[in-house]
Amino acid sequence: MSKQPKDWLKGVLSAYDTVVIGSGLAGMTSANLLAKMGHKVLLAEHHYNMGGMATWFKRKGGHIMDISLHGFPCGMIKTLRKYWSQDISERVIQLKNVRFDNPQFSLNTSFDKIDFTHILRERFGIMKEVIDEFFMTARNMNFYDEMVMTTRDLFEKFFPGRTDVWRFLMEPITYANGSTLDDPALTYGIVFSNFMDKGVFTYQGGTDHLITEMKKELLRNGVDIRTHCMVEKIYVEDKTVQGVRINGQDIACKSVLSNSNLLTTIEQLTGEEHFEPEFIEEVKKVRLNNSSCQVYMGIKKGETVPHVGDLLFSSVADEYCTDKILSKDVTSRTFSFYYPEIRPGTNRYSIVSSTNARYQDWAKLSESQYKKDKHDLEQNTLDALEKYVPGIRKKVDHVEASTPKTFKRYTLHPSGTSFGTKFEGLKISRDLPNQINGLFHAGSVGIIMSGWLGAANYGVIVANETDKFLRQLRPSLVTASA
Amino acid sequence: MTIEDVRKVILNILADIAPDEDISSIDDNTKLRDQIDLDSMDFLDIVMELRKRFNIEVPEKDYEHLATMAGCVSYLTPLLKDRQLAS
Repeated sequence: MSKQPKDWLKGVLSAYDTVVIGSGLAGMTSANLLAKMGHKVLLAEHHYNMGGMATWFKRKGGHIMDISLHGFPCGMIKTLRKYWSQDISERVIQLKNVRFDNPQFSLNTSFDKIDFTHILRERFGIMKEVIDEFFMTARNMNFYDEMVMTTRDLFEKFFPGRTDVWRFLMEPITYANGSTLDDPALTYGIVFSNFMDKGVFTYQGGTDHLITEMKKELLRNGVDIRTHCMVEKIYVEDKTVQGVRINGQDIACKSVLSNSNLLTTIEQLTGEEHFEPEFIEEVKKVRLNNSSCQVYMGIKKGETVPHVGDLLFSSVADEYCTDKILSKDVTSRTFSFYYPEIRPGTNRYSIVSSTNARYQDWAKLSESQYKKDKHDLEQNTLDALEKYVPGIRKKVDHVEASTPKTFKRYTLHPSGTSFGTKFEGLKISRDLPNQINGLFHAGSVGIIMSGWLGAANYGVIVANETDKFLRQLRPSLVTASA
Repeated sequence: MTIEDVRKVILNILADIAPDEDISSIDDNTKLRDQIDLDSMDFLDIVMELRKRFNIEVPEKDYEHLATMAGCVSYLTPLLKDRQLAS
């Protein structure tokens, strides 16, 4: 046996009720809930940090970069209060200045239904009745609906030929969940309506503060947290979960809740041989969502950035176009501006540019070409930012890029997918426990379960299923009195 | 538990789930959703709380019974009749 420098599993129990694989927001939220319900939970994370895609990194010069704190719907306040704590939920603040700048229009919005209605009327000349009906149609979509209509059909129905309106309605959602005009309309409708409810919100304190607070809460509730711990195998016998292998060590458990990618969970961790062939046939049809590139720009200590917006959807493309948005030849970028209000007391600024990207475009490059293209990505991003923050090159003292390959390295997601799987993944994810007793999955599937709010809520939904399963095995468990 | 006790239990759970809402004036025969701000996640919380506190499993097909206070009480009273209301 090979000798390890540090035993990250030291003191681990021989058996748990649930092993949660991965500490993304879905994994952490379900672990927290299951522990509160009285179950013995082990949370295994391969990385040294928790949070999954909800993460951050620090760099010399006092820089802290947030990866995915771009903004979430106000529903997150309730989710944080109910499944985490009042204190955590009270740190949620609104981002009031969302900006669009492209060849078709340039405008600012608070990104809610009232302001969107106003803009659609005054700016785009759409009739009030049409706008109201559009909002109602989007609001009334739910995921039991038939999926025949695509987002393109939806837009064509309400705003025929109005590619400027399409762009206004679609561009932010593409960045929020990777969806395109050709995905089912309900994947658009649900997420769009969530944002339109009250606007875009963020977490004051930054991702590092949030995850640190969540970690404290997990420990308080008795979750056994293990970082640097890679789950290598889920053991199944007689269609029932028996345990897992972590860092070469076997640990028994009654259930597994995987926050690893859906396909990784089925094909690599469990093994196709444990599932019905018809089920695997459906699994093969599940498409991965695309990935992202990001450029992180740290502003020098003492330098400032004028308030040009919290989120800026910028593009030089003539029209909204999925292919162009995914293209390595970048024409559209979302800039997230992190002002000192995000981390009160630090008086520091950072800017993160995000673009959707395809794994293949980056994975196929030679080492030297990859380095060169990454460098070009950084430089082109600074050029694009110059328009909004004049003199940006003088203000910045740290620039760094990530690509789909970077996302893959840290999340282990196949093809570095940053939005999980397409919609068909949801059914597979929900069906797992019908294939194997005690096997559950929560994570980005089907777009509507993506993003910070979607992931956390999906964690709750699956924790409920897991709790139901565990209580059938142990009917006497009652955890709280009324 | 009496019918009144069961009603109290549900109010207790609702107070936990929606602390900002005024639950004292809930009308038993109007949909809960129309009186206080409850979404589908909140209804899931009610189901989880019932399981946690009393080991009662409400199958998905029965969720509709929880739409009103009167519905909750008539659905849950037979399931809770042998339980004591903890103080």
